[in-house]
Amino acid sequence: MAEHAEDVRHHIRIYLRIFISLFALTIVTVGAAFIELQLALAIALGLLIACVKASLVGLFFMHLVSEKKMIYITLMLAFAFFFVLMLIPMLMQADSYGVIIDVP
Amino acid sequence: MDIPYTVEPRPETGLNNAKLGIWLFLASEVLLFGALFSTYIFLRTGTPVWPPDGTPPLNIPLGMINTFVLIASSVTMVLAWATLQLNNFRDFKRYLALTVLLSLVFMVIKAFEYQGKLGHGVYPSTNTFMAIYFTLTGLHGLHVLGGVAVMIYFLGPGKKMWQSEPKRFAGRIEVTGLYWHFVDLVWIFLFPVLYLLP
Repeated sequence: MAEHAEDVRHHIRIYLRIFISLFALTIVTVGAAFIELQLALAIALGLLIACVKASLVGLFFMHLVSEKKMIYITLMLAFAFFFVLMLIPMLMQADSYGVIIDVP
Repeated sequence: MDIPYTVEPRPETGLNNAKLGIWLFLASEVLLFGALFSTYIFLRTGTPVWPPDGTPPLNIPLGMINTFVLIASSVTMVLAWATLQLNNFRDFKRYLALTVLLSLVFMVIKAFEYQGKLGHGVYPSTNTFMAIYFTLTGLHGLHVLGGVAVMIYFLGPGKKMWQSEPKRFAGRIEVTGLYWHFVDLVWIFLFPVLYLLP
């Protein structure tokens, strides 16, 4: 039990460090939005920082850093379909390259 | 009748059923929000000017404060679970109550933002940007309210289980936490996509 309690305290210290990192990254992402960047670069940077923050939350707060195989399989399946969902509008855009689709 | 595998891991999966259940639910949530993000890309790439003319700017400082608030609530949630692991029920209740409080602060700020738009005649019907903005943030807000309802239950009538079945109660809090971190995670993407990259 003593060992378990020590483990939990160690985890609490990690949670607090992640908290500070998430705070700092939020400031970085807002700061980056005010730099005059090319649109594609700004989007890539914004999404990259969001992905880093999401990974910190997933890995440490949701304990994905050490989980059972079944959960990884479930998530991989979900992300495969998520990828397809993101691909559909992009392929549509590529398909109509040069044609202006005007959604009112 | 006892429900099997609420605490003990099921041999086939290595997980108790509550935990596998919440992850399956979260996987479906990834796709629910995924479909709306996909819609966002479709609307954005299909419009020559983004955001469309007549879109009022979103309030970046309020969005940033809300990001801080939601991140803080995720930390208090994980601390609530950790203090429960240390058998410290009093601190657990404090952290959970703090999580509820922060969630309500988030919703109040969101209400001010909505008021700032709706009060000035900006509706989901104004244009495609406002439509996807209200849909995404509205659905996210409903998720926040759902989480608050569950947390209030565990601060009230639901806390009795700690006396009778402490392990099962801790499992319920872990599952609530996983849901809550997911709600935070969605906002981590919503904030740059809607506020910072128009």
